[in-house]
Amino acid sequence: MRLAGSARVRAMWLAASVAVTLAPHVNTLPTWLSGFAALMLLWLCWIVLHGLRLPPRWLMLVVVGGAVAGVLLTFHSPLGKDPGVALLTAFLALKLLETRAPRDGYVVVLLCYFMQLAQFFANQSIATAGLTLLGTVVTMATLITLNSERLGTTERLRLSGLMLAQAVPFMLVLFVLFPRVDKPLWGLPSDAFGGSTGLSDSMTPGSISDLTLSGAIAFRVRFDGFTPAAAQRYWRGPVMNDFDGRTWRVASARMLAKVPYQVSGPRTSYELTLEPHNRPWLFALEMPGGTPDNATLMSDYQLVSRTPVRNRLRYMLSAHTAVRPGRSEDAAILEAALQLPPDFNPRTRELAQSLRSENADGAALIAAALRHFSLSKFTYTLSPPLLGRDSVDEFLFDTRRGFCEHFASSFVFLMRAAGMPARVVTGYQGGEINPVDDYLEVRQSDAHAWAEVWVANQGWLRADPTATVAPSRVQGGLAMAVPEGEPLPLALRPAFSWVREIRYRLDAVNNGWNQWILGYNPQRQKELLERLGMQSPDWHTMTIAMSVLCGLIMLALAGWALAQRGRLDPLQRAWERLSQKLAPAGLARKAWEGPLDYAERVGLARPELAAAVREIARDYCGLRYGAGQPAAPDKAARQLVSRINRLHP
Amino acid sequence: MRLDELPAPVPAHIDTAGSATARQPLARRFSAWLFRDHGAEPTPIVLTQRRVFVLPTRAGLAFAGALAAMLIGAINYQLPLGFALTFLLAGLGHSAILHTFRNLARLEIEAGTAAPVFCGDPARFTLRLINCRSNARYALQLRSAGALARIDQIEPQASSLAEVLLPTQRRGWLGLPRVTLETRYPLGFIRAWSYLQPDMSVLVWPRPEPAPPPLPWGSGSAGGIAASAAGRDDFSGLRNYQPGDSPRHIAWKAAAGGGPLLTKHFSGMQAGNVVLRWDDLPPQMDSESRLSRLAAWVERANAGGIVWRLDLPGCSLGPGEGIGHRNACLNALALFGQPRESA
Repeated sequence: MRLAGSARVRAMWLAASVAVTLAPHVNTLPTWLSGFAALMLLWLCWIVLHGLRLPPRWLMLVVVGGAVAGVLLTFHSPLGKDPGVALLTAFLALKLLETRAPRDGYVVVLLCYFMQLAQFFANQSIATAGLTLLGTVVTMATLITLNSERLGTTERLRLSGLMLAQAVPFMLVLFVLFPRVDKPLWGLPSDAFGGSTGLSDSMTPGSISDLTLSGAIAFRVRFDGFTPAAAQRYWRGPVMNDFDGRTWRVASARMLAKVPYQVSGPRTSYELTLEPHNRPWLFALEMPGGTPDNATLMSDYQLVSRTPVRNRLRYMLSAHTAVRPGRSEDAAILEAALQLPPDFNPRTRELAQSLRSENADGAALIAAALRHFSLSKFTYTLSPPLLGRDSVDEFLFDTRRGFCEHFASSFVFLMRAAGMPARVVTGYQGGEINPVDDYLEVRQSDAHAWAEVWVANQGWLRADPTATVAPSRVQGGLAMAVPEGEPLPLALRPAFSWVREIRYRLDAVNNGWNQWILGYNPQRQKELLERLGMQSPDWHTMTIAMSVLCGLIMLALAGWALAQRGRLDPLQRAWERLSQKLAPAGLARKAWEGPLDYAERVGLARPELAAAVREIARDYCGLRYGAGQPAAPDKAARQLVSRINRLHP
Repeated sequence: MRLDELPAPVPAHIDTAGSATARQPLARRFSAWLFRDHGAEPTPIVLTQRRVFVLPTRAGLAFAGALAAMLIGAINYQLPLGFALTFLLAGLGHSAILHTFRNLARLEIEAGTAAPVFCGDPARFTLRLINCRSNARYALQLRSAGALARIDQIEPQASSLAEVLLPTQRRGWLGLPRVTLETRYPLGFIRAWSYLQPDMSVLVWPRPEPAPPPLPWGSGSAGGIAASAAGRDDFSGLRNYQPGDSPRHIAWKAAAGGGPLLTKHFSGMQAGNVVLRWDDLPPQMDSESRLSRLAAWVERANAGGIVWRLDLPGCSLGPGEGIGHRNACLNALALFGQPRESA
């Protein structure tokens, strides 16, 4: 079937819809599939531009088969979210080459809507929302094209914009009031979530420094009480107890029924909005005074959620920065915190023995070890040299260049070798207050590892060798601590303060977006509705409010749709006025009377008006029905109107 | 021709006019009430909102289904932007209802020309669609009894003509059946339609007999004009007899000799006056064939520039000539034997 002119316009609009819809998917789709879709689009454009035929059905079947086989080979299964999106992409691209009837056009547009929804699996940022909005406008314009070919491109876009503007009130009302549920309606495929960055349950040299290269937000905090100083802001995450000579791992821990330590001293409370990281642990300012809902405190004082954090999670916590937990610690836990792989790092063991013999008191031993770190010339760097088998030895005595995981790991090894129960704590340290919205932003670049040593009668003491080596790290953040020329994220570099300024603003906007749009969950919905004056909002009252508001919007829009009285144009009004002027003389125009006949009748009855009325009627006919419209119809119409107005019968 | 020469038409669908009687099933009465099916109405007809109906199309139902699926997806995968997109599209669906409705509402329909046609030719009803709004209207469709007319665009404060072509099968008045005016613009998800029945009729003339016998010169006795002229004409030849030829012109001598029945042909037939008389047609012809023949003769006489008179039982037209006389004769033939109209 050769494409006719109108079919070509339709095909181009459909192609534009598909292109706008698929563009945001390029990041997440397999590369070959993105290429395939682009190829199909180009093929269609080629067909349209050269006025060729659409490919025959058998060829399309072959290509469909190939695409499906490709998806199956890539994902090994047709089930699940990613293969589903991939198959949908392939079908959408192919359907484009198969749009023969108008019905096919609707199929393409509906598939586009599904794909626009699917892109939210990967990304729900403001930019994605903007792209989706653009996609909606283009698909609307495409639908308009399917229904009428008479409109120009701008008219199409303008009409879709108008319709979009009319749809926005609905969207707002439904978005705010549609009752939200916390849990999915049914089980999700196992690959529903994935690909988030964050701390892991193990630590090897380099794992945290890799993470710090990401400027992504880990979580945001709004303090209700005082804001602790940067050096006090240790956000506790996975606690690593098991060491195999190279890798630290999280050990299994008991769940505690309640907070095991006495809370006292300075207390602050805060609301933390955690970005999804697909792991169960939560982060808390040391030491938490309680547990959020659906989370428990483990015996290593780590907060763990019952389910992995797959959506942005908000929780309230209190923190007691001066508390030293574990004064009466389990013997088993202390035993586990002394385990070391045998036959590793002999030089460190030696150093530990000498420190032990010099310091009988635990606290003094810790201080001496830290002093050792500060006296030896250590360099805090994001790009430490690679280490061999005895990684702690090599680091402490040879390379002396490392990142926080090197310092924490070697310090804990040293302590354990000296007979002190110790463990590595990972998490985040510091964070930056965004001056725009006063939220504390903690980024992946704030990822940190420190040590915790148990001292009899004192409990677990935090010891951060990194702070000893590079005090500016814990006081001013990563950018202050690493030497110049290190590959920091752009916005962290001091020279780019304007980038920082922009980033603050963008982050504040993003935070607002996250808090109010993406974080709009049942709790927030309840909060907002209560603030808007709804008492005890439940799904029942929400549904009623939603229906009432939607009804009101519908009424308003229906009023707009109906407010189109049959208005006559000035020419027509003037022509009617002529008849009214002549009516007293019994010369009103009859409903069936044409202008020329009417003028004749008037001319016979009132010969003095004949010439004028005939001329008016002739010009009126010319303007209203004339095939050859005058060059300036508006001007001619105005002249005629004034001529009619001047006529005095 | 001028329309006012026509006799007034019988109101179309006289059987359905004012028909909501108690004998009808409830559903039909409801439908008649809902769709205002009250027979032909005078024009201009304004499509008030009471007359415009709106329902989703199949594409619209598919769109609604897609939205439902998207909403379930958004709930299940906890996608806030999924909710937003679904709700935005739902709002667009609602906006489409209004725009589709608005594309049709307050349109005015005026009856245009409805010229008479010969039976078998399509009857051409012209409707003028007047858009008094300051926005253009697009993609309207007009359907009536299987006929379809598309109106792509009506400019603001302008009008467009739409033609409905209906097949004709019987002579007499053909009323415009109920017209459905519909639109799916702008998105195609919604169909807005209105039923209307402008009071328009086309007079269907009898189909002229394809190969009629020659005009009956001087036959019959009435009026002296034709008879006096025909006798003096010169004999110009013979041709095969056709039913309806006057017995006076049959070549009886040739027939008596065993030959075929032949009719004598006179050259003066082209110039004189003719009387076309129903009663002179062979008695075995039924009335429709007679009307057909008379129509053919009227056409031939008119084409030849002849003065003719048409005598029908109970009415006589002419003598006269020209297009006006021809139309009057054809009108009379079309309405012959039909109930006298009341209007």
